[in-house]
Amino acid sequence: MIKIRELNKWFGDLHVLKDVDLDVAEKEVVVVIGASGSGKSTLLRCINFLEFAQKGQIFIDGKETDSRSKKLHLVRMEVGMVFQHFNLFPHRTVMGNVIEGLTQVKKLPREQALGQGRELLEKVGLSDKADVYPAMLSGGQKQRVAIARALAMKPKIMLFDEPTSALDPELVGEVLQVMKNLALEGMTMMVVSHEMGFAREVGDRVIYMDEGRIIEEGLPDELYKNPQHERTKSFLARLL
Amino acid sequence: MLDLPWDFTAIARYFPGFYAAALLTLQITFFGILVGLVLGLVTGLMRLSTFKILNLPAKGYIWVIRGTPLLLQLMIIYYGLIDLVNIDRMPAAIIGLGVHNGAYIAEIFRGAIQSIERGQREAALSLGMTPTQAMIRVVLPQAFKRSVPALGNQFIIALKDSSLASAIAVRELLLRARQMGSSTLMMLEMLMIVGIYYLMMTTVLTLLVGRVEKRLQVSDYRD
Repeated sequence: MIKIRELNKWFGDLHVLKDVDLDVAEKEVVVVIGASGSGKSTLLRCINFLEFAQKGQIFIDGKETDSRSKKLHLVRMEVGMVFQHFNLFPHRTVMGNVIEGLTQVKKLPREQALGQGRELLEKVGLSDKADVYPAMLSGGQKQRVAIARALAMKPKIMLFDEPTSALDPELVGEVLQVMKNLALEGMTMMVVSHEMGFAREVGDRVIYMDEGRIIEEGLPDELYKNPQHERTKSFLARLL
Repeated sequence: MLDLPWDFTAIARYFPGFYAAALLTLQITFFGILVGLVLGLVTGLMRLSTFKILNLPAKGYIWVIRGTPLLLQLMIIYYGLIDLVNIDRMPAAIIGLGVHNGAYIAEIFRGAIQSIERGQREAALSLGMTPTQAMIRVVLPQAFKRSVPALGNQFIIALKDSSLASAIAVRELLLRARQMGSSTLMMLEMLMIVGIYYLMMTTVLTLLVGRVEKRLQVSDYRD
């Protein structure tokens, strides 16, 4: 589903991604861990071209995309993204947020979009919040709306950039539950997260990044219990 | 009884006689602001563009207009350009006020657009919107809302600045006061009438802006 070859990215002089190679198969759930500054978020943002890598290739569903392409919005339609800080549109209601892409990008008639919107809100358990503005929601509810908004576009893959790190601890569970359901439905997912429980339960593979490189990867249980690399060991030791 | 050289009962007597002039003041202000909003939006967006061909002219316009007095700009449009185009005094006043306010409004919009979190644009793009769609559907509505207080302030300045049109013979409030003052020999009384008119109009405008601000706050309410 995703194939990345020798991806390199610099912010000015800072080399943040170094020869990253990665394959994500269809229906696979890949969890990316690593210290802050390790490049994990940047990697995710390069996949839907919110950041542009200077070198390397990105194939999505077999098609290579050039970051200079004028059709980036078409690629982004197929790649859903959930952000750490939700980034809901504060000037639109919950339903308005969910159907924004359907009416504006897919140009669906409003009635049809509303129908799909209701289904999606039910899926994330927020049917009763359709008409309120995001300011009235808890962090966990906001993130669930953000997931519904991304799902509305029927993406082929979902990217989650630290979806639970801005949440109060008691709200993390409801968001992870929605993500778990999604994984069980067979969604291809790439998740930057340190939620070990989630990784072990639904993750197919965990990738450890350090200083812009993928240092180690493996099955969640193996990587967490028995990391091979020194840096992975010390990172996991600090995490626990 | 104190013997003052003024007759303040004249204020009440002459007050209605300024109605037509007040209407002109309102017209200059209204259309001037309208021109200013359009110019301001276009210039503000140009100013944010990474293309020099858009960004430099916008910078130049703001630099010249903010750096020279409105009175001078009005005189250039009305008297200075006479050999080139003969613009009537009302259109000249409206264009002058509009072009002048456009520069300030451009900076208000630019600041408001820049204050919208980057994540808003990113969320819009990640849904598959084009950069233009993201600007129109997501960034601008929020930026407009954020610019309302500053715009209200600018509108009040524009209303008061419309008095400079008296210098190019528009018979708005201030010119009317000066003419009436000379003919009745009651200069202070006439100027006071005009002062009351301005104060009334700026008060109404302030209240209106306040109501718009309130109405735009619906999406901010928490239970």
